[in-house]
Amino acid sequence: MNKREFLKGAIVFFPAGGALAALARQAMGKETGSAPAKDANGKKGYDPASHFYGMGVDIDKCIGCNRCAVACKAENDVPDEPFYFRTWVERYTIARDGEVVVENISLGARETTTQDAREIIRTFFVPKLCNHCQNPPCVQVCPVNATFTTADGAVIVDAERCIGCRYCIQACPYGARYLHPTTKTADKCTFCYHRLVKGLQPACVEVCPTQARIFGDLKSRASRLVRFRRLNKIHVLKPQLNTEPKVYYANLDGEVR
Amino acid sequence: MRIPEQVNRLAIVIGVLAALTLVTRFVLIPRSLVSTDLHWAAATQREAIKPVKFAGSTACQDCHEDVALKKAKSFHRALSCEGCHAPAARHADDPTAVKPPAPRDRKFCPVCHAYDPSRPTGFPQINPTAHNPLKPCVSCHNPHDPVPPKVPRECAACHGQIERSKAVSSHALVACTTCHKAPEQHRRSPRSALPSKPETRDFCATCHGQGTAAAGAPKEAPKVDVAAHGGRNLCWECHYPHLPEGRL
Ligand code: HEC
Ligand code: HEC
Ligand code: HEC
Ligand code: HEC
Ligand code: HEC
Ligand code: HEC
Ligand code: HEC
Ligand code: HEC
Repeated sequence: MNKREFLKGAIVFFPAGGALAALARQAMGKETGSAPAKDANGKKGYDPASHFYGMGVDIDKCIGCNRCAVACKAENDVPDEPFYFRTWVERYTIARDGEVVVENISLGARETTTQDAREIIRTFFVPKLCNHCQNPPCVQVCPVNATFTTADGAVIVDAERCIGCRYCIQACPYGARYLHPTTKTADKCTFCYHRLVKGLQPACVEVCPTQARIFGDLKSRASRLVRFRRLNKIHVLKPQLNTEPKVYYANLDGEVR
Repeated sequence: MRIPEQVNRLAIVIGVLAALTLVTRFVLIPRSLVSTDLHWAAATQREAIKPVKFAGSTACQDCHEDVALKKAKSFHRALSCEGCHAPAARHADDPTAVKPPAPRDRKFCPVCHAYDPSRPTGFPQINPTAHNPLKPCVSCHNPHDPVPPKVPRECAACHGQIERSKAVSSHALVACTTCHKAPEQHRRSPRSALPSKPETRDFCATCHGQGTAAAGAPKEAPKVDVAAHGGRNLCWECHYPHLPEGRL
């Protein structure tokens, strides 16, 4: 490189660098403009750090009407196809010979049960959803930090960062995640985060006709969930995995996986 | 010892490259690209501002006070309005522009009330194909206060079996005394004063006949051509009057 070429390069490089620096400053400016420290919905008074949400499910109250799954799809624009769910309801049928049949009634299988002809000793419904674990395996496996736990205890996915690698879908022991067919990113229950910040209940809890689903704040001294945990014998799904779920089941049968 | 000129130049080039790298990493690349805290906060924010579609249990009360009050005292008190009327946040914002649907179809109520062995014991369930199959549920049960309609019970104490089968039949709302004239004494001393029983085909025609024969009959009673239907047999030789089956 001779002197002339070097100077030419420098003349092009430095103004370009200046422009880049200006862009960078602008980017920083934007960031501070929408600082996260402000409460999440722009409404005054919501402080994520002072909440920690969980859900209670009373198996004995569930009538299997599937209103929760229907409401969830409507509220969260979950694809219509019957096999995409953020929450769903399972029917457990336990026959005398001990065989357990599990059917997802949200798939439309509720009219027919394969066990009809056999002798059934007990049968019941189990609503399922993301357990919003305190120790979530799905978050651990994400290679790009696209899924995380919010300060108020909801495990959510950043669709703009998700690369659709499906690791989290594999890692979730509860089968609570699916790959959204149009965005091609992982999608899951958010506890209806957009409703929580406005003081509303998740859509599934809202429409439950028998209060089989209870929602509340574990940090509050008097929330429905705290009361629910006080008055019932509580179990969680797959406790042996140490995921520390925040969906608490009352009257859960030992056969439920 | 003098450092050779070439080494000095090389050192400068390396120094400049290193400086450039550092500047790029810490100044040029916006923090939002590398800071997980910031991108998590942005994602949380995006989640928080998504539109709400279910207005929530208290949203309907202000404008539909009558319905809300009635429902609050009924068997359906724990039901959400929008569980039946579909998400209605847009209606609550602008009631005249958007009207929520009302589920008047017979297929709707059975999502909760159809008999299903997996449902908890004690939850009120019916068999939708046998429970008054000809009418929409809301014609007998107010959806906002679904007390079962008063079935005449005065004869139930002794004729329980008949009473129970009639209560779930098409004739649920036809009183026993429409078809049987029961003297007062029948209740005290049944065998000494037996009630009347319908005797002719014309009796049933008062409700099921066509044209003027059934002038004062309930309009939902299905009509048949009495002259031709069933030949010369009495109606109750084919239809059990307390649980009439009308379709094959
Ligand atoms: C701001 C007042 C307002 C609120 C809030 C409101 N409504 Fe209404 N609603 C109306 C009015 C006014 C009408 C009558 C519209 C008409 O007939 O022109 C109506 C009509 C209806 C109807 C009957 C529609 C029809 O086809 O006749 C239903 C069902 C209904 N509302 C349900 C709801 C539910 C469920 C909610 C709660 C999410 C709700 N409304 C909240 C004002 C309101
Ligand atoms: C069990 C399901 C169910 C629930 C819960 C329910 N509705 Fe309805 N609603 C209906 C049906 C069915 C009709 C149609 C009734 C008819 O046509 O006779 C209706 C009709 C209406 C109407 C229009 C007719 C009228 O009676 O004025 C309004 C307004 C209404 N509902 C508001 C509400 C509100 C507000 C709530 C909550 C407090 C509510 N509904 C809860 C099923 C329901
Ligand atoms: C989302 C579920 C749901 C839907 C839909 C629903 N109900 Fe109900 N219904 C209930 C619940 C819950 C109860 C209260 C049961 C109890 O008290 O144990 C109830 C109670 C009743 C009762 C009182 C039963 C008794 O104990 O005597 C009647 C009658 C009834 N509903 C009729 C209807 C009709 C008619 C419709 C359609 C307009 C309807 N329901 C739709 C959930 C529902
Ligand atoms: C012709 C009027 C009529 C129609 C239509 C009707 N019902 Fe009923 N329903 C009754 C009567 C009468 C009773 C009370 C029966 C009794 O007391 O034994 C009743 C009772 C019930 C009960 C309470 C049962 C229990 O075990 O406590 C439910 C639930 C119910 N009906 C739901 C429905 C549903 C759902 C529909 C629509 C698919 C419907 N009804 C249509 C008249 C009707
Ligand atoms: C105190 C108990 C009692 C009460 C209340 C009662 N019945 Fe009876 N009913 C009887 C007995 C007992 C018989 C005779 C059965 C037999 O002879 O096999 C009978 C017979 C009948 C018969 C058949 C008559 C026949 O010719 O075969 C009819 C119809 C009848 N009752 C209608 C009614 C009606 C309608 C009511 C309500 C207004 C009513 N009963 C109330 C006890 C009662
Ligand atoms: C739609 C008209 C109708 C109504 C309503 C009705 N019955 Fe009858 N009932 C008849 C007819 C017709 C017979 C004659 C049947 C026969 O002879 O086979 C009869 C026969 C009887 C008998 C004689 C025994 C039997 O089963 O044949 C008794 C008892 C009786 N009814 C009681 C009642 C009672 C109690 C009620 C009210 C719960 C009632 N009926 C309502 C039409 C009616
Ligand atoms: C020989 C047996 C027989 C006799 C007798 C009989 N029916 Fe029927 N009826 C039937 C059959 C079978 C059906 C169903 C098939 C059909 O719709 O034709 C029926 C249907 C009906 C229906 C329902 C029609 C509809 O549109 O849902 C009514 C109402 C009815 N019958 C009334 C009567 C009356 C009233 C009498 C006495 C005048 C009578 N039946 C005599 C056999 C009979
Ligand atoms: C007071 C009027 C009245 C009288 C009398 C009466 N019915 Fe009915 N019947 C009705 C009504 C109303 C219905 C339809 C109810 C409904 O909407 O489901 C009906 C329905 C029927 C059906 C159709 C049932 C079905 O599920 O399809 C038959 C069959 C029937 N009646 C037979 C008879 C016979 C036989 C007699 C004479 C013993 C008789 N009815 C007398 C009012 C009457």
